[in-house]
Amino acid sequence: MNKFTKGLGACMTAIIVASGAMAEPADDTLVINEDIEIVTRTAAPAHLSDVMDEVMSGWLFRGTETRAMEMDDFDNPGMIFVEKAEDMWNTADGSEGKSCADCHGASSEMAGVRPVYPKYVEAAGEVRTMEMAINDCRENRMGAEKWKYIGNEMVNMTALMASVSRGMPVNVAIDGPAQSTWEQGKDIYYTRFGQLELSCANCHEDNYGNMIRADHLSQGQINGFPAYRLKNTKLNAVQDRFKGCIRDTRAETFAPGSAEFVALELYVGSRGNGLSVEGPSVRN
Amino acid sequence: MKVSIIALAASVGFAATAYAADVVPTAVSYTDGAVEMSLTGMAGNPEEGANIVGDKGLGNCVACHEVSALPDIAFQGMIGPALDGAGDRWSESELRGIVANAKMMFEGTMMPSFYKDTGYIRPGNAYTGKAADDTLGPLLSAQQVEDVVAYLATLKD
Repeated sequence: MNKFTKGLGACMTAIIVASGAMAEPADDTLVINEDIEIVTRTAAPAHLSDVMDEVMSGWLFRGTETRAMEMDDFDNPGMIFVEKAEDMWNTADGSEGKSCADCHGASSEMAGVRPVYPKYVEAAGEVRTMEMAINDCRENRMGAEKWKYIGNEMVNMTALMASVSRGMPVNVAIDGPAQSTWEQGKDIYYTRFGQLELSCANCHEDNYGNMIRADHLSQGQINGFPAYRLKNTKLNAVQDRFKGCIRDTRAETFAPGSAEFVALELYVGSRGNGLSVEGPSVRN
Repeated sequence: MKVSIIALAASVGFAATAYAADVVPTAVSYTDGAVEMSLTGMAGNPEEGANIVGDKGLGNCVACHEVSALPDIAFQGMIGPALDGAGDRWSESELRGIVANAKMMFEGTMMPSFYKDTGYIRPGNAYTGKAADDTLGPLLSAQQVEDVVAYLATLKD
């Protein structure tokens, strides 16, 4: 750490200590490309009524410059990966010689799909994520190799699927055949894992808005995933973030694509019902 | 780096017979959340305690607590109460109990238990994301807990 950053750090601390308002979520509205209106705060879904009144996108917890990057697709580094996925969408692969577009049409035709995932898929008899649906297509319709769950191709494609649904409200079903998986996800959310004995709720339900060291804790909403993080300068899959969060409790974490993380994604997704799909978002 | 420091501290604590006098985590006796007896039988070193409180790879107490007496440490958290005046508010026994296992005094508190080595759900091998092995020790050694307690006792309004 050089003198400048040290000095800056001390100065920042002084500001944070001096002004509690600094830790409040931003009073700001998000419109992407002066066109797509994003709901970044709204009434909490009914199932959260005993713990919070309002749900807020992680966008509100980031700094001014980071927020601005998401307001224009030319400034959003995540959109480069959306373009890569768009090329892939239109490229044939596998033994059937089909592209995504051959069955689905233009990628924009997929608007409305992202907001309801994860969802219970009748034919599969289980709750599936977007990634699982994409790999099912690749394996069983295209005769192509499955992608790695959080590999680049997969993350890029989920970014494309999110981008065409931007502005639409997250609307994950939690009842009916999805309910038992949702309950499992809820249990995981409130379990205090690892040697630090921290649950998702400790930080993201009980302490959002507060600073934990240099991090401004958000509600841990996932409507913005995949997220381009300035920290690692790449698109990050939601379950990769789950993996990192649980690892940081000094726990044996779960694997992306595991039954536990599918359940957790369903549950956390449902905590953001009503927020707009925002991916690919820009975050710290 | 934080991984290796804590792993080293833990392994030293277990390997060295010089520490045989330490009260092991499972034998610590709590009374209303306080721990009367020193975990080491030796006085803590407040200077080392200040270092542990502020060091990201050690106690990292400032991640959640503000400490005005450590103005050089950037980005102090606001999750728990500020530690200013802790030495006035709490006795040494209470401070020891809170650092060792705050859940004994404050049921359900978010604060990690720094002197405990059992009863975890999916304990990991430090921050690797992998399962813990049989070298899993407490987050701080007995002496480190005493050092932190000695430092906190100096924080008077």
